[in-house]
Amino acid sequence: MRAFLAAGLLLLTLVCSAQDAVDFDSQSITIALAQEPPQLNSMKATDQVSVLVLGHVMEGLTRYDRRGNIIPGVAEKWELTDEVATFWLRKDALWSDGVPVTAHDFVFAWRNALDPKTASEYSFILYPIRNAEAINKGELPATELGVTAIDDHTLRVDLERPTGYFVKLTAFTTYYPVRQDFFETQGELYASEWDAMVYNGPFKITEWVHSASLRMMKNPAYWDKDKIILNVIDAEYITSDTRAKLNLFVDDKISYTVLDGETYKDALRQRLRIRSFTTGSVFYMSFNHREGRLTSNANLRKAIRSVFDPEEFVNKVLATPGNLPGRSTFPVWLKGVEGRFRDEYPPPVFDVDVNQGRRYLAKAREELGVDKIPSLVLLVGDSPTAAKQAEYMQGLLKSKLGLDIKIDTQTFKQRLAKMTSGDFDMVNAGWGPDFDDVMTFGDLFATWNLNNRGRYSNPEYDRQVRIAMNSSYPKTRMDAMGQLQRILLEDAGVLPQYEQGVIYLLHPKLRGVTRRVVGTDPDYTYARVIE
Amino acid sequence: MLVYTLKRLLAGVITVWFIATATFFAMHSVPGDPLMNDKAVTEEIRANLERKYGLDRPLHEQYFVFMGNMLKGDFGISFTQQNRQVNDIIRDHFPVSATLGVLAITFAALGGILWGALTAIYRNRLPDIIIMFLVILGISVPSFVFAALGQLALVNLNSLLGYSLLPVAGWGTIWHMLVPSLVLGLGTMALLTRLMRSSMLEVVNEDYIKTARAKGLSPMRIFFRHQLRNAILPVITVLGPQIAAITTGGFVVELVFAIPGLGRYFVQAVQQLDYTVIMGTTVFYGAFLVLMVILVDILYGFIDPRVRIES
Amino acid sequence: MKAPPTLSAEDFEPAQHDIHVEQISRPSLSYWEDAWRRLKQNRRALISLYIIVALAAFTLIGPLLWRVDPSLQDLNQISQPPSMPKEATLVAPYKRWSGVTINDFPAYPDDYLDLIPAPIGLRPAMPPTTQAVRLVWDPVKGAGGYNVYRNTRRPETINDLGLPLGGTMAGNEVSFQDRLNLEQRTYYYSVISTDGYDESSTYTTIEVTPLLAMTRQDAISRGLIPEDSPLDIGDTLQIEFHPLGTDYLGRDMLARLMEGARVSLFIGICAPVLFVIFGILYGGFSGYFGGRLDQLLMRFADFVVALPFLLFMILFKIAFGIGPGESGILPMLIALVLLGWPATARLVRGQVLQIREQGYIQAARLLGAGNGYLVMRHIIPNTMGVILVTLTFAVPSAIFTEAFLSFIGMGVAPPTPSWGSMCNEGVKTMLSHPHELIFPAAFISITVLAFNLLGDGLTEALDSRMRSRE
Repeated sequence: MRAFLAAGLLLLTLVCSAQDAVDFDSQSITIALAQEPPQLNSMKATDQVSVLVLGHVMEGLTRYDRRGNIIPGVAEKWELTDEVATFWLRKDALWSDGVPVTAHDFVFAWRNALDPKTASEYSFILYPIRNAEAINKGELPATELGVTAIDDHTLRVDLERPTGYFVKLTAFTTYYPVRQDFFETQGELYASEWDAMVYNGPFKITEWVHSASLRMMKNPAYWDKDKIILNVIDAEYITSDTRAKLNLFVDDKISYTVLDGETYKDALRQRLRIRSFTTGSVFYMSFNHREGRLTSNANLRKAIRSVFDPEEFVNKVLATPGNLPGRSTFPVWLKGVEGRFRDEYPPPVFDVDVNQGRRYLAKAREELGVDKIPSLVLLVGDSPTAAKQAEYMQGLLKSKLGLDIKIDTQTFKQRLAKMTSGDFDMVNAGWGPDFDDVMTFGDLFATWNLNNRGRYSNPEYDRQVRIAMNSSYPKTRMDAMGQLQRILLEDAGVLPQYEQGVIYLLHPKLRGVTRRVVGTDPDYTYARVIE
Repeated sequence: MLVYTLKRLLAGVITVWFIATATFFAMHSVPGDPLMNDKAVTEEIRANLERKYGLDRPLHEQYFVFMGNMLKGDFGISFTQQNRQVNDIIRDHFPVSATLGVLAITFAALGGILWGALTAIYRNRLPDIIIMFLVILGISVPSFVFAALGQLALVNLNSLLGYSLLPVAGWGTIWHMLVPSLVLGLGTMALLTRLMRSSMLEVVNEDYIKTARAKGLSPMRIFFRHQLRNAILPVITVLGPQIAAITTGGFVVELVFAIPGLGRYFVQAVQQLDYTVIMGTTVFYGAFLVLMVILVDILYGFIDPRVRIES
Repeated sequence: MKAPPTLSAEDFEPAQHDIHVEQISRPSLSYWEDAWRRLKQNRRALISLYIIVALAAFTLIGPLLWRVDPSLQDLNQISQPPSMPKEATLVAPYKRWSGVTINDFPAYPDDYLDLIPAPIGLRPAMPPTTQAVRLVWDPVKGAGGYNVYRNTRRPETINDLGLPLGGTMAGNEVSFQDRLNLEQRTYYYSVISTDGYDESSTYTTIEVTPLLAMTRQDAISRGLIPEDSPLDIGDTLQIEFHPLGTDYLGRDMLARLMEGARVSLFIGICAPVLFVIFGILYGGFSGYFGGRLDQLLMRFADFVVALPFLLFMILFKIAFGIGPGESGILPMLIALVLLGWPATARLVRGQVLQIREQGYIQAARLLGAGNGYLVMRHIIPNTMGVILVTLTFAVPSAIFTEAFLSFIGMGVAPPTPSWGSMCNEGVKTMLSHPHELIFPAAFISITVLAFNLLGDGLTEALDSRMRSRE
């Protein structure tokens, strides 16, 4: 009975609340979430939707401004040395129930996130803090964590090693504060309902009908509330279907939606203004470097690189605007010493050259001692896009090099299982940034990095990563990163394919929405509706 | 009668257990597990997760824990939607699938009986030929093609009219349900039309129709009171399995029309290897199917007095 | 009153013994000959039979006649609808273009203007081809960059400029290269000035029709011209002909439909044959032994029947997994057989039990027929009709199941095409390239239709009750 009531209720809300996408008078907007936020406990959240919601209702020590620079959040100012980071918290930062945000809230949240019992997937992001890793392994008690509340408004963080980007990390979800007394009243149910959590961000959740809608309203207790113009962000729809969302957009029911390779044609037909944005993620083909794998042969990898044209891949295979041809594992937006990293340290350029590729292949055959290279396994996901990309690679390598490729299509988790066990020769993979520093891409192919699925291992690369890790001097770090970029690409350790772009629609009366490569995206915090 | 019902129910319970067991082991034999994610986690974090979800225990132990919980009616918490009970998911999404299914079966049954009767009346004349051609089409064209074409037709209709007459996708109002349920019911409608037609033609030759005619009853009365009533019986028999087939088979329509039904959820859960949701949905659907078949069998005994249920 | 007939002595002679009294005036027909005769009278069934034969020919002989590699990609002709043969112009190999930067013009504006004028002098930098369209324009005072859009119709308002292709980040960078999936058709390129962040509200548009282009190298490697061909840059040549168009990677639809037919029909016919054989063995065994074993076996069949079919199809399919390079046909076949057999088993068992009790069996037994003779002569031929009908109707449902699974992305693995997976790909581009959906969907429908009608015809032809109605 309850089920039918719920369905009826859903029906009613959808019929009655024919709310428009934007409203000037009330400064409210309506959006669609791709899915129900799976986890609003900031210590455990990993997915984009949860990060999106949390980014609006919570605030860390620091936050990003519209141009992507770090600005003060709960912390008014900070000081960072190689060993210690000290944060001075503002006195007017309050929780939504009026209780001040204190240094203890951070200490509690960080300790809790590292507690093995919490089983947080993102706990590794706290590892720059002293003893964090040992605590997460259960070797030390949580109280040993190198973070102390000197007083209510001073937080001292002892670092495991020099971490030049530590301040940027504090804007990340896992670093958000959690108030101990409130958390303990909720127990396991913390953050499972709108009233089962307290907020310290610009907005707060005021309504949450599971898998139907979620409403955020301006948080009157927020210290910087005068800068916030929007009163309501109403996620009235929860669907990941781009076509349904496009229809809602056309009906003036939602103010933002992404488009895919097919819906953009409808949007064009509807004469809608399409915008594009580069998400900041890089996609590449990882070669398997494990012992005994054919792809551990550098000449074979170079042969494949010689015939792969990222421009053709982006223009003909992906065939949607916004994607950039992959030239490096470091995306173009990363900051270098002064300007952009890619301008300061341009990656080596490899032109498409089939004859060169055949020469590499001949060398590879000789080194491997075979007349014909046995077929290689290309592991991909089961989405149509993944299949298309794999079929393209298969056709390309067959026609240009005569290489046989076996495509191994697996569902999401099965593909991950095979990636982890190394059961592939090549795998299409991608990497999105966790924080705004080259290091988030830099250590990706270090021997010890578990996300280095192909187990690329190069002592020189590792050495450069260590140099960058143990220095807080920008020039030294960037030089090391430039070096390791060159090493990886010259070695053809991976084959960069593209930097992902998205195309989307935004309501013409909605201004000030920020697209970000790191963190909350899209960010409506400073948005406003114009007349 | 009671004994028969109880017997059937007992067999049903065993069937559900069988389904649960088969699902459990089929699911666990798939490489990978729900705890894996795009970003690799360290062994320690992984061990923490396994311990939390009880995946570190041996498989048979997990099986007994699951069975114990299932008996209590608790399927656990979804792996992908971390603060949602599987029960809540079923409760939220099944009504959507059920509404769609009931509407579709209504369309199918009404349409099937109507068209079937019409074709029988106009046997071998133009209406019969046209309808039977459409029926053949309805049986031969896969439902996803109908779904896609239905949506295409809507898009074109809306752009022709210049405003949204019917929503192209989504769920909520009766207008959202109209086209998807029609599309979903089309195959069944075609099937029922055929059945109804042959059943009508068979009934026409029965003695009681001849008697009625000889008595001088009006053709209308004969048609409605005698012919239609008797011809519907076989249609009702196949309705039971068809209800179950439609309610579970709706996922294509749910996918194409972006309807938040349970079928779509199941496909997602399989891709994500969300153990608890897979178990919950399969067992729930299995139980639903079994119950439906039993219900129809028992009901049939009431509808058709000729059928004597062995007890 | 009539006079009584006069009888003679001859009338009392015994009649001559004539052995031809019960002569069969028409040739004797066996059960199967009779069925075949009546099937031939059913026009619809006969046409279906022809269609099935034609499909078999399409699948088996087709690839011999239409010798196009179904996996050969033609990135010059992506998603082309069915058309007449096309011509392309030979062009020089693609060279990277560094673009145009005007050095004596400021890269960033000194002050922000309220309205930055639209660029003027927008023109192609070289003859536009499908290889690349290169645009240049004159720099505008106050501009800190330019954004370029592309549409397939003339823009009416600023909201109608089309695809955001990208742009430049400085006021003196006044060129843009577009290579995004270019076709031989008219495009409208629009350029808007920006102050480095926000766009101005005016734009310039030009119309460009790129020429279908191909490099000489490419033409040689595709075997369109011989290595020593006299054709040179600027000359035109005939490119590959795709009578049914191409798919999203420029592969020939006709060749892919033939290959897809092989997969779809293989699964559609093999699975029913296998599960019917298994069903016959299981059902026959169960019916033969009878008693408790029969009860037990049939209970088990009931369980399998109760499994939600599609849910378990998906589960089994995933559980069996597909190895690298495998097509995924085998796991699907196994899953289909595992879930499909009980219906046939029940049917066969029922038939066996029923026939065993028939009068003619008892009569035959009385006449001293052995068990083997009974099975071979009576039981099998009498169940055969029902089994054949079941088989015919099982084919469409197996084809549907394959198509359905492939449609939701759980069917055969790429690059193996099946009609279902082709539909799956086609549905996504249904609005812009309907032919990618229509052809495979039509093939599925025709096949299913043919088998359904044939099944109907067979039912009528084999049904002994029908015989008396003629």
